[in-house]
Amino acid sequence: MKYLIYLLIGTFFGIVMYKSEAASWFRIYEMFRFGSFHMFGVIGSALLLGIIGVQIIKRKNIKTINRREMQLKPKNKSIPRYLFGGIIFGLGWALAGACPGPMFVVAGAGYLPIIWVILGALLGTLLYGILRDKLPH
Amino acid sequence: MDWIYAPWPWYVAGPMIALTMFFLLLIGKQFGMSSNLRTCCAAIGGDKVADFFNFNWKKDRWNLMVAFGALLGGYLAATYLSENSVDVSPKIANELSEKYHIKGAGDEYLPSELFSNELLFEPHNLILLVLGGFLIGFGARYAGGCTSGHAISGLSNLQLPSLIAVMGFFIGGTVMVYFLFPILF
Repeated sequence: MKYLIYLLIGTFFGIVMYKSEAASWFRIYEMFRFGSFHMFGVIGSALLLGIIGVQIIKRKNIKTINRREMQLKPKNKSIPRYLFGGIIFGLGWALAGACPGPMFVVAGAGYLPIIWVILGALLGTLLYGILRDKLPH
Repeated sequence: MDWIYAPWPWYVAGPMIALTMFFLLLIGKQFGMSSNLRTCCAAIGGDKVADFFNFNWKKDRWNLMVAFGALLGGYLAATYLSENSVDVSPKIANELSEKYHIKGAGDEYLPSELFSNELLFEPHNLILLVLGGFLIGFGARYAGGCTSGHAISGLSNLQLPSLIAVMGFFIGGTVMVYFLFPILF
């Protein structure tokens, strides 16, 4: 029962991803070719609202529904891991046309070949786990 | 009834994504979809090959439910709420058709040349899709997050590391479509 809320939030998110076309390979290609404002508008407006909301949460010290601190921990400072990891991620995002949220959305929409993307992503995660200590972070 | 099937404009979709993040914050969680990949690796016994997967993954089952919900949302949207076609800019549609023989822009949600179920075992596609997924999985964990964790959650919290990661996303993405697509497709 307590998992129902997560299922509902996920379902909402899935519908948003599909209806915004952020889960479309075409839109991702278009974004990286700077061919239209659409995806920049989607991410930009989410971000603008996100920044305002998080500032309000911090200034008014708003807590979770269980009166705990919200999960807004600062990320560890570094450059290589974010830059190299980011570039590798971007290469994959543009090729597969789906990032880790939309790959599930597309699977639900019934496009079976996305299974290869999900399988590849699991393999990539696994290999990162194995090589982690040898990589610059 | 057309408004039900029409795609959402950016100024509707963006705020809804922010809302997803705030829902999760409000119930004490963080918005980050790629964590599910690590959770899955741990759940299938990844701790036998790397300590990175040796953690109490059962605590992260909530996020698997979010991912399962996203799958369900994709099914509902594609089946009941969409005409399943995406109108990209005419210039982009033309370019895809002429340079890469990907012709479905305007008629399909995903290019059938890559994602039609009949081509599930077509070797060239299979390799490209596994490779794409591999880079996504490796890169997301190396960078410590993906689009939801860095571009939305991290940047909303004004994190410099997330800005570096998002710059990386765009370096990688543009290199892929500008320089590698002509080789791969």
